[in-house]
Order: sequence, then structure tokens, then C-alpha cells
Amino acid sequence: MQRRYRIDKGIKYLLFFSAIVSIIIVFLIFFFIFQSSLPAFQQIGLRNILLETTWRPTNGQYGILAMIVGSVMVTFMAIVMGVPLALGAAIFLAEVAPRAVQNVFRSAIQLLAGIPSVVYGLFGMVVLVPIVRRIPVPGNSGYGLLSAAIVLAVMILPTITSVTEDALRAVPRSYKEASLALGATHWQTIIHVMIPAAKSGIIAALILGVGRAIGETMAMIMVIGNSVIMPTPLTDNPLTIFLRQARTLTGNIAVEINYATGLHESMLFATGVVLFILIMIINASAHLILRNGERS
Amino acid sequence: MRRFVLGIALIASLLLAACASPAASPASTDGEDVAAGLSGSISITGSTTVQPLAEKMAEDFMAKNPDVEIEVTGGGSSVGVKAAAQGTADIGNASREIKPEELAEFPNLKVHVIARDGIAIAVHPDTAVSGLTVEQVRDIFSGKITNWNEVGGADAAIIVVSREEGSGTRDAFQEMVMGDALITENAILQQSNGALRTTVANTPNSIAYLSFGYLDESVKVLPLGGVEATEENASNGTYPVVRPLNMLTNGEPQGVVKAFLDFVLGPEGQAIVRAEGYIPVK
Amino acid sequence: MNQAESNASSTVQSAAQKQPNRSNLKQRHLSQKFAFGALWVGGALVMLILLVVVGYVITNGIREVTWEFLTTAPRGGLSGEGGISTTIVSTVYLIGLTIVIATPLGIGAAIFLTEYAGETNVGSKFLRSLIDLVHFGVETLAGIPSIIFGLFGFALFVSVLHFGFSLLSAGLAGACLVLPTIIRTTEESLLTVPMSYREASLALGATKWQTIYQVVLPAAIPGIITGIILSVARVISETAVFYVTLGGSARMPTSIFSSGRTLALHLYYLAMDTNAFDKAMATGAVLIISIILINLIIDFVSSKLTAGLRENQ
Repeated sequence: MQRRYRIDKGIKYLLFFSAIVSIIIVFLIFFFIFQSSLPAFQQIGLRNILLETTWRPTNGQYGILAMIVGSVMVTFMAIVMGVPLALGAAIFLAEVAPRAVQNVFRSAIQLLAGIPSVVYGLFGMVVLVPIVRRIPVPGNSGYGLLSAAIVLAVMILPTITSVTEDALRAVPRSYKEASLALGATHWQTIIHVMIPAAKSGIIAALILGVGRAIGETMAMIMVIGNSVIMPTPLTDNPLTIFLRQARTLTGNIAVEINYATGLHESMLFATGVVLFILIMIINASAHLILRNGERS
Repeated sequence: MRRFVLGIALIASLLLAACASPAASPASTDGEDVAAGLSGSISITGSTTVQPLAEKMAEDFMAKNPDVEIEVTGGGSSVGVKAAAQGTADIGNASREIKPEELAEFPNLKVHVIARDGIAIAVHPDTAVSGLTVEQVRDIFSGKITNWNEVGGADAAIIVVSREEGSGTRDAFQEMVMGDALITENAILQQSNGALRTTVANTPNSIAYLSFGYLDESVKVLPLGGVEATEENASNGTYPVVRPLNMLTNGEPQGVVKAFLDFVLGPEGQAIVRAEGYIPVK
Repeated sequence: MNQAESNASSTVQSAAQKQPNRSNLKQRHLSQKFAFGALWVGGALVMLILLVVVGYVITNGIREVTWEFLTTAPRGGLSGEGGISTTIVSTVYLIGLTIVIATPLGIGAAIFLTEYAGETNVGSKFLRSLIDLVHFGVETLAGIPSIIFGLFGFALFVSVLHFGFSLLSAGLAGACLVLPTIIRTTEESLLTVPMSYREASLALGATKWQTIYQVVLPAAIPGIITGIILSVARVISETAVFYVTLGGSARMPTSIFSSGRTLALHLYYLAMDTNAFDKAMATGAVLIISIILINLIIDFVSSKLTAGLRENQ
């Protein structure tokens, strides 16, 4: 009897240990990334890192503003392209589609979510880039923001669709029934009742999508061209800015980590820190919005 | 009770796995077994220019010495230097001269020149230009010349493709061709010689610099200053852009590593160098 | 009626009041028809995207996928010739390593979070805030982009601990990556186990651990398995983490200190470094097919889970 309880206590400590492992890992990640980036922040300075656009490590120039802009632009474009489709698909799935279609559709979304990002990258390289290259603009290589954003839009589609669908399904039945009973059509009910009621969940879905987009690495390297340059239009037509090659923060780390030593390597960790902070801000806002949603 | 013990064992084994000490890592052998036929393992890392060469040599060397295990990974010249100096790899590959500051930081570093390599100017196969001078190449890569019609080609914007900062090929190209001029920010950047070749092969109007070892029919190679990019021209000194390919060791090589380097610098190794499109040193 | 509901009903009323007369009714139904039509088109578009991506890769890749392709080693990293046998082995090794490291930790953490969270003994306030902290940790981990895990693995396992570019470094980094998945799914399935099970077991004189181990865990197994399979899928499709920790050697791994190359990584190298797009497509087809298989397994397990739940009730 005594022994059984001693074992019980021992197990409890083991379980306690495995529970705090997550905290330890988060702490270690913080520690190692920040520590490794310290030389960069000390020797180059926050201003020169965040506000300079020239990245020439062999020349001692380490500005990452162009990559921050690259990451933000490609994410924004992906959201603009992907979100309407994802929201439409979610409403379709939750409210319109017959049950049989729903099942097929849901498996399809699940599959889209599971496909490795390099497969999307490969598809982008082999199919999308040559198509984009056909746009007759001098200097258009096919690689660039547009190709990258299309690939990214497809990649965030399943995340946003399934979280939005969950949010729509979580709206109490009574809301819908009340609206229908008052004579509103199904569509009016969706627009005026369901979507406002599921608002916080939908916003959380968007933010998850943004997080996924800004964190994507390999598919981006494969289609974006990786040039470190502030995006500007290729010709007089401002739309050609989307055909400009760019580099994301994630791409900068993955592309150069194998070639970097010393301060250059430390600077890649600093890039990681900037990315980390960006993601933390996005996740924290998702958290806040979700919590507010629960409260109301 | 038995299941409980099993659970504990599982958790314990996991903890052991998580804490496995680096001491358990199979360090390269120090050559005690050499007398009884070669055995042991060699890790090689660094430059992607040297990588295919090292892979081929490792393959042949392992075929001759079945007890030797050689692992070749890519990375980059700077990684090759660092890995050799710090002992994370037995041999580090570098496709450029070792910088004075690197030699100052790691005085133990021993440089073995295993081959020489030319850097060719490669363009997309459909490009209608038959040759460039070194100045034209410099102006194209620095962004001064942006249209093929300025160098005798069709009216089309030039798409410059270049390697990453830190790449040995880029360093060598910068030093021997660009001089003080900087490579344009508009350049597409790829992180290996192979990726450079793939990009040029598939992107009309593109141009890149490419190690001789990577040339194949998927790209068009331009003569530089009227000199064809051939091994012959590179070895007789008429081709202007040639650099050494190095294998680095931390101190004098010992045991199985020494045997491998002897193989590399011997007739068989140098035959592979020639067969792979590089220039032998012996 | 709470505030939210009254809000909703007032929206409903205003929506209904906007269209009071009959001629409007037709128009309303017309606009509904139009909107639903657009939704159908949107849904079809999403399906089309899936079909195009999956269809393109599979139809272009499947011809290359032969028994020989699956069982020969890739030859010369940069020629793109040969098959994918060593990369399959590396992938399996890495999956095994990741799961062996992450599963006990993840399950342990989930048990602690669900079974000990409600304890009301001394120091429970401390326990409470600790559990909040763990939840925060799990959420943070789940939101960190994979390249950061890669950087971390590169800094700690590859460099500081001198594991080098190896299956071990990659496995440890991968375990950090999948840990939140395992914790979350296990936690969810533990929460579905009825409280009466625990009470009955405790009442019979079993200790807390005996109860957990012999009563609660067996009932939660399908959920735990789902978590593990999801992690397997994550390891198969992940590239960024392993790109910076695994080294990319195409040789057959001999120990956990060997460098290696997973299928997804091989696809990346083929696409970027070689002109062998056909081989890259074939590797992509193998990846997609394994993901489809994994999805089928998950569907199967979760149908078991719901069947089990029905039995419980």
C-alpha cells in the first residue's frame, strides 16, 4: 500500500516534468535565438538592422527592411487573394452544401492542409512561374511577389476555411431559427446574423492564416526569386510591382544559414528574432480577439 | 504492475535518448586499424562546387575500401572552412582561396588544393548572343547594362541570376570579374550551383556565372573575351576566371583521412577530377 | 435573454423590417439565389484548385514511381538520377525518433494538465498558475514558424551540443515542433473520458496513477493515436526545420548521428539543384499519396473514437 502511493508520487513528478518541458523549450528557443543574435544587435545596431534596405554581408551591410516589406507584402497579397475564397468556401460548407458534398469537400480541405509545402513550391516553380512569366513586362522573370502570393494564398486556404467553418457552426441554432422565423431568407440570415455572431472566430481564422503565411519558408524560396530589394514597379505601370522579385524574412534565414559565419550568422538569428516578434504580436492579437469573443 | 514498469521504462529510455551525450558520437577513427585494411568514417562538408566531386570520389574510395564510410554534405565554402577548423567535419571543402583572416583565426588549417575550376558565363539556351567580354559581364552583373541589345542580342531585358553572399563561387567571381563593382540588387539569388543552373535553364533571357563542373546542355555557355570555356583553356591559362578547389583539414591529416586525400590527389582521384569537368592539379 | 441574444434578435428584426412588402420577397429570393450560386462557384473553385495541384503532381509523377524508383538509392546528389530508397529510410528513422521523443513527453504533459489540474491540495494556487503557464507554452510553441525551430535546433543541437547535422539533431528539433500537436489532441481525448470512470476506479481503492494508467488512458487511446498520426504527417511534410538541421546527405543513415535527407527535403533538392523535374514530381506524388493514406487512417481512427464514445454513453 505504502509503496503504491510512493510510486504514485514519483509518477506525479515525472508527469510534472513532462508538462513543464513545453515551457522549457519555449524558454530555450528564446534564449538561444536571442543570445545568438546579440552580437548582431550590439555591433550593427537596431536602427541599421530595421531601417536599412541594403543587405550585403560581405560589405558589412545588414539592413533587413526590404525583407520585412517583402514578407508583409506577400502575406497581404495572399490574404487579399485567399480570404474571400476561403470565407466563401466556409459558408458554403457550413450552410449551403448538401451533406454528401460536405463530406467530400471536408476531406479535400484536409488533404490541401496536409500537402507538404515543397509540393506547393514545386507546383509553383513548374506551372505558375512560367505562366506569370508570360505577362509581357521587361525584366519579368516569373519569379516574384505575384507567384509567391498565389502559392501562399492556396496554402492558407484550408486553415482559414476550416477555422471559419467551426466558428459558423458554433453559432447557436436559436439565432438562426429566430431570424428565419422572422421571415428573413437564409442568405439574409447568414449575412446579418451568422457572420456577425461568428465574427471573432472568423477574425481568429484570418490571423491564423496570416501567421501561417508569414512563417512559410521553403515554398517561398522556390518561387519568389530571393532578391534583396525594396519592391518597386518594373515599369511606369504601378501594377508591375507585383512582378518584382523579393525575399521574405524566413527565406533569408533558410537561404543563407548554410553560408554564414560570424556576424553574418548572428544577423540571421537577428532576422529570426524579428520574425519571432512579428509572429508573437500576431498570435497575441489572435488570443485577445478570441478571449473577447468568448466573453461577449 | 508489469505494465507500470513498462511505462517507466519507456519514459526512462526517452529521457536517455533526449540526454544522449555527444561523447557517444562516432568520432572519426585515428587510424589504429589502418594496418588491417582501412576502416572508419570520414565526414566531409562545405562548398557545393566541390560537393559532386567529393561525392564521386567518396563513392569510388568506398568501393575500394568497403569498411570506410564517407559522408558528404553541402553547405558552402565558409561552412567548409569553419567545420574543418572546429572539427565538426574531418574535411572541409572550399571553392575559393582561404582568406587571410580565416588563416589568422585558424592557424592549424591545412589547405590541400585538389583541383582547379573555371567559372563560366552561362545563359538561357535561346539567348542570341555569341560571346561577351569581361567588361560586358561586369556591366551586366552590376546592372549598368540591362538589355541584351546593348551587347548584340535581341531587345529583351537581362535577368541576372547570382549566388548567395558567402558562396565561394560568388566570392571568386566578385574578386576575378567584378573587382570593386557590386552585383545588382535586382539579381535573382539562389543558394547552390545547381539551383543557378536550373534557374538559367528555365528562365528566358537570364544569365549566371557557373562552375565548369556544372555545365551541361541545359544552358548555353558563352566564350569570355573570345576564349571558349574549356578545361584546356583554363589549364593553359588563357581562360581568365579560374580558381582553386580546396579540401581543408585541421592540422596534418591522419589515418583514413590521409588515405582518402592521397587517393584524391593520386592518379585515380585526378582522373575523376578530369571526368567531372574540373582541371586536375597533377 | 442575455445581452448577446437580444443583440442578435434586434439584428434579425432590423433585417426583417428592411423588406416589408411582397414584391421585395421575390427580389430577396433572387439575391439569395445569386449569392448561393456564387458560393457554389467558390466551393467548386476550391475543389478545382485541389484537383489541379494534386492532379498535376500525381499525373506527372506517377509514371516514374516504379518499384525500382522506390528501392534504389539516389545517385550523386546533384545529378538527380536514381530513386528514393535512402530518403524513405531517413524519413522513417526521423519519424520514429521524433515520435519516440515527443510522445511520452506530450502524453505526460496532457495527463498532468487534465488529471492534476483540478487537485485542490496545498499549493494549488501555484499549480493553477503553472498550468496556465504550460498552456501558454503549448500555444506559443504551436504558433512559432518552423524555420525558428530550425534555427533553434541549429544553434542548440547542431552547434552547442555537437550532435552535428544528424538525425538526432533533426529528431529533437522535430519533437519540439510536434509536441503541441500531441499535447492538444491527447488533452482533448482525455477530457472526453467520463468522470464516472475515474470515480469508480478511485472508489475501488486504486491510486490516482493506477486509475489513469488502467482506466483513463485506455479510453483515450484513439485520440492519442490521432495525435501521433498527425505528428507523423507533420514530420513527413516538414522541410524548413530539417533543411537546417539534417545536413541533406543522400546516403543510407547508419546511426542517429548520420546526416540524412527526408522525402520532402529530397524533393526540394531535386527541384532546386537538378533539372530532374520528373523525379521531383515522382517524389511529390509519393508524398501526396502517403498524406492521403494518413488522412484515411485518421478518418478510420476517429470513427472508432466516436463509436467508442457512443458506447461510453
